[in-house]
Amino acid sequence: MVLNRQTLAIATGAVFFLVLPGLAGLAEEPYLVTLFSRILIYALAAVSLDLMLGFGGMVSLGHAAFFGIGAYAVCIFSFHGFEGTPILSWPFQLDGNQSGLVLWPAAVLLSGAAAAVIGALSLRTTGMHFIMITLAFAQMLYYFFVSLEAYGGDDGISLFSRNTLPGIDLGNDIQFYYLCLATLAVFLFFFNRLIHSRFGMVIRGSKENERRMKSLGFPTFRYRLACFIIAGAGAGLAGALIANQTEYVSPGLMHWTRSGEILVMVLLGGMGTLFGPVLGAATLLLLEELLSIYTEHWMIFLGPFLVLVVLFARRGLYGMIAGSSGDHD
Amino acid sequence: MIRRYRMSSIQFNWYNPMLLFIEQLLNGLQLGITLFLLSAGLTLVFGIMQVINLAHGSFYMIGAYVGATVTARTGSFILGILAALPAAALAGMIVEVLVLRRLYQKDHLDQVLATFGMIMFFNELTRIIWGRQPLFMDVPPWLTGSIELIPGVPYPSYRIAVIAAGILVGGFLYLLFTRTRIGMQIRAGASNREMAGALGVNIRLLYTLVFGLGTLLAGLAGVMAGPILAVEAGMGESILILTFVVIVIGGIGSIRGALAGALLVGLVDTLGRAFLPIVLRLFLSAAYADGIAASMASMSVYILMATILVCRPRGLLPAHG
Repeated sequence: MVLNRQTLAIATGAVFFLVLPGLAGLAEEPYLVTLFSRILIYALAAVSLDLMLGFGGMVSLGHAAFFGIGAYAVCIFSFHGFEGTPILSWPFQLDGNQSGLVLWPAAVLLSGAAAAVIGALSLRTTGMHFIMITLAFAQMLYYFFVSLEAYGGDDGISLFSRNTLPGIDLGNDIQFYYLCLATLAVFLFFFNRLIHSRFGMVIRGSKENERRMKSLGFPTFRYRLACFIIAGAGAGLAGALIANQTEYVSPGLMHWTRSGEILVMVLLGGMGTLFGPVLGAATLLLLEELLSIYTEHWMIFLGPFLVLVVLFARRGLYGMIAGSSGDHD
Repeated sequence: MIRRYRMSSIQFNWYNPMLLFIEQLLNGLQLGITLFLLSAGLTLVFGIMQVINLAHGSFYMIGAYVGATVTARTGSFILGILAALPAAALAGMIVEVLVLRRLYQKDHLDQVLATFGMIMFFNELTRIIWGRQPLFMDVPPWLTGSIELIPGVPYPSYRIAVIAAGILVGGFLYLLFTRTRIGMQIRAGASNREMAGALGVNIRLLYTLVFGLGTLLAGLAGVMAGPILAVEAGMGESILILTFVVIVIGGIGSIRGALAGALLVGLVDTLGRAFLPIVLRLFLSAAYADGIAASMASMSVYILMATILVCRPRGLLPAHG
């Protein structure tokens, strides 16, 4: 590994995240662990969006839908697991459950399945229409969950307790933090392998020039759909984690402004990079947290800040830190 | 949330299904007209300048707030409108000069991000100026009654006035684009920016004016919606999404498409809310039917849009070029 600005930045970040609970303990601010768990979870959602946005060139304004599906899947399963009632009694018996080993893969599968349906329909369009149709599907799901009175409707639903995993106590904030960190690290590793694989090459190629990829014989639609599904499943995993972290889920998780926030994280950090979205999620959430200490009207500063980022820092924060040796271009 | 207030203002006439239908048809028309005022501006900005402006709803909100404040201070609704229009247009032109002008050459993603930031700014600004409590606007006294357009169907005069105003604006836009010099220049600028510039049209000024016209229409929609909905921070977003649905259904950049899309969305949304519960009650128990109907009604517009986009990816009446 060559020692350059980029490696240095990544190593610093990794060390920081690893020692954070210790620092929080020293500073006697246990709240920091909760805050940074949230940052890691949003980073996971942002990284999954970056896969389709930065590498696939698919601008989705409905990514929070998959985030919400993952969260709701966990909540609904463990709600029934706690009550001891079946979720479905027809056409087959489906019982609730509280084990993370069952629920989290279920959340990933369900959000992946939703992404398959939404992606198959949305990918028929491009550009502005694609942005709008993903938005429309997300709003559809948002209103669906708002009207789901059995699970709290507008007010959302609480989790009785965090899920169970063998060997890990999820109720312990520090253990939960390390679980989030490990999940993000595994996802980033997988992501890195993916974008440098043949699959990743095709995805990036069809972002640059879809017609050329088609004439080279690649069924670009299928590749893009697979990319859309992986991104949706990743967001579903993040949703399963956020449901456990806050122990509460509401339709607000999938509102379009949430999709906008995740999009902002990716762009702020630098899209088309591996670690940019992580940096973006950390920056946005910390900025919110910091500004809200000084004023309840923190959005009045955050809004113009975003405008300035677009106008003057095109490659995102990661591009500024890691310099021109960033992942791509 | 827009839904709640709209539902409360619908008067049900349970005894005669035909009259109920006409009443709901008019309600749908009125929502469609409001959407048309918003989407005409948005589709113009997109069609001509190729900018996705998420902050369009903010100008609707500015119109509503300024209108409500001036109406409350002076007691005159007309003065409220007269203050709201220039306020929205001026805010729009300032934003165009300061921010949007720099976004024309950037890709859609940057535009989404920057205008998303502007929504945050404007929502918080209204909270600072007007507080968190929603404002309520009264219907002007000379429009409080109702008129029997069709014998047996009394309909609130205010809503009729909104429909009439929308039709007038539609006619005005048609004349502006087809009969005047500035309309011709706008169309020329839309089809070829460089060529129009070379022929001596001041494109920069023209864009600022078009943007101001769009936000003026949004402000008009806002002040007219004031007495029907609650005026509050964030009111722009719930209607903004519907507006995007309208212009995507109609075909981006096409005013005719915006009109068709707005009426379609207004009717589907209103009729769905009014009649889906009744229809579903035929098959299901009342409580169950109402729950499902509410979710189907909220989703109906998005289902409509997804269907149209899948069948006709460029919208119903796409703009030329």
